[in-house]
Amino acid sequence: MTAHRPSADGGPDRDPSAEQAPAAGPGTAPTGRVTTGFGRYLLKHLSGAAVSLLLVLFSSFFIFRLIAGDPIDQLTRERPVTPEQREAMRAELGLDQPLWNQFLDYITGTLTGDLGTSLQYRQPISELVLERLPATLLLSGTGVVLAVLLGFWIGTRAGWKQGSRFDRSHVAAGLLLYSAPTFWLGMIVILVFARYLGLFPVNGMRSASTPDGLLSQALDIGHHMVLPVLTYTAVVYAGYLMVMRSSILDEIGADYLTTARAKGLRDDAVRRRHAVPNALLPTITMVFLAIGNIVNGAIITETVFSWPGLGSLFVSSIFYPDRPMLQALFVLFSSSTIIAVLCAEILYWFIDPRIRKS
Amino acid sequence: MSTATRAMSPRAVRRARRRRAVARAWRDYRAQRSGMVGLVVLGAIVLLALAAPLLIDASALSVTQATGGRMSPPSAEFPLGTDETGRSVLALTVWGTRLSLLIGLTATVAAILVGTLVGITSGHVGGWYGWIALRVSDWFMVLPSLVVAIALLAVLGRSFATTVAVIALVSWSSTARLVRAQTLTVQARPYLERARALGAGHWHQMTRHILPNVLPLVLASATLLVPSAILMESSLAWLGLGDPNVVSWGSILNRASSNGAVSAHAWWYLLPPGLAILIVVAAFMMCGRALEAVFNPRLRGEAP
Repeated sequence: MTAHRPSADGGPDRDPSAEQAPAAGPGTAPTGRVTTGFGRYLLKHLSGAAVSLLLVLFSSFFIFRLIAGDPIDQLTRERPVTPEQREAMRAELGLDQPLWNQFLDYITGTLTGDLGTSLQYRQPISELVLERLPATLLLSGTGVVLAVLLGFWIGTRAGWKQGSRFDRSHVAAGLLLYSAPTFWLGMIVILVFARYLGLFPVNGMRSASTPDGLLSQALDIGHHMVLPVLTYTAVVYAGYLMVMRSSILDEIGADYLTTARAKGLRDDAVRRRHAVPNALLPTITMVFLAIGNIVNGAIITETVFSWPGLGSLFVSSIFYPDRPMLQALFVLFSSSTIIAVLCAEILYWFIDPRIRKS
Repeated sequence: MSTATRAMSPRAVRRARRRRAVARAWRDYRAQRSGMVGLVVLGAIVLLALAAPLLIDASALSVTQATGGRMSPPSAEFPLGTDETGRSVLALTVWGTRLSLLIGLTATVAAILVGTLVGITSGHVGGWYGWIALRVSDWFMVLPSLVVAIALLAVLGRSFATTVAVIALVSWSSTARLVRAQTLTVQARPYLERARALGAGHWHQMTRHILPNVLPLVLASATLLVPSAILMESSLAWLGLGDPNVVSWGSILNRASSNGAVSAHAWWYLLPPGLAILIVVAAFMMCGRALEAVFNPRLRGEAP
């Protein structure tokens, strides 16, 4: 791929290499005090992420407080309320304050971990989120790990032998599954494996009848997990397959592979020890995005299988409508991906020497 | 030959050159089997969508005029069974094609227009504007699109227009990024320097020199945006965030799951709309991948 050349005018906007890795900013100052390159690099990306996070807070306030209209109308529909009651509700929710104060309250509240109160459950949102988080992490964490491993494994082999039967059949199968809507695949999987064959539970995470022992509880959860994880992995693994495959294709004509072969290495060793490590480099952002998406990655899957995680909480808040909950989850989901991408960028500094040199 | 070329006006030369480029692209495209399969399937589906009112009367969609039983299995009268109100699933699926395709295409066109505009201007103009446009499209790229779409639809209300707008909003950024990168590459070529030296303005450079060079890429990326827009629409409609007054594949499946089609083992209610989504999405992806390969020969493998 294109080398990262330092931009002459210092402006990242004129630098095409910025497309490759969002990292190629101005290098270290040639004269004056020597700041370590890493310090500058870190500072640049930290400030970028901070601005993105602030934008998320700002846009969530904009979406849920300004476009959404008066929450009192939403809460009181189909119920007659006196103007006094309305005023009391406004005061309780802090809506009688000027908009600017509401915004400041919201920002400080969110930053100190006070996400407000859920209208649906009448409970602090942060408590509810912590309660639901483990289920989500378990389901989509397992799903993401499986999908990345499977996708990378097949993608490597498919790209290495481009045009072979293995390549063609796996690309076709992957794309077909990738084209299936997650919710539909979930319903079909439930229909076949849970309803017709009765092999797995229909939905939920635990059965009430399971004894208390740790092992039997774990087995029960594992049993409930099979279908959702299967569905989630089946739909997303092709994305990793295609990225890894094209990344391998980028490396395949490279001189260092010819050198490795000239040394007498077997084809297997050339692939595993030389091609794969280099091909993995451009996929790191994608992997980190996937990690960031673990928190929200399974909204649809959780809803199909009534999995008690954050995704199904988000969906159930739409129709209540539980605006504070939607807002809090929106901020949480968006920030987790921003932070994950920041981590990927920091990691690139250590593993991609081209960034350090630019 | 040379006299003929000299006699042609610059416009005719340009047109002939374009025609040759299109013919060459078409030849490369035709060489790819999966791309041709996708194209044929898409053609058939578009025809079906256009001909739907001729094949099946719109009254088949009316709940009050439904004649079938509640979720009855396939029969001679209803080849794909009926839904919970006794309507034919076949009729619903055929009519659903229209809306699913329409939303997918409209949202893609909107996203592509915005993305191309932002991409070209930010790459060409640069400066503060370019920097801000880049940051904003980066920001949109990182945001989880389904989360943003759900949040916006939850507050904006459910209708055709909001669905299209929301899907376009979450998908324009990748095109902008792609077009911007291509603009920067084109920008560095000598013929643009020549154009500038001859006094070409920004508008002339962008529309006459940069745009024709980014269009093939835009076309390939548009073909790959349509399937994701269709998938996004079906997910939103399935969650109950679609326009309640129209029939799309997602909304059929939404009613199927809220009326217990899974526990009723009503496979005929679930399979047709889902398979329709799968086939259309796969066909678009096949076409998109083939187009990508035409414009980026590295992906083509053994092809000469």
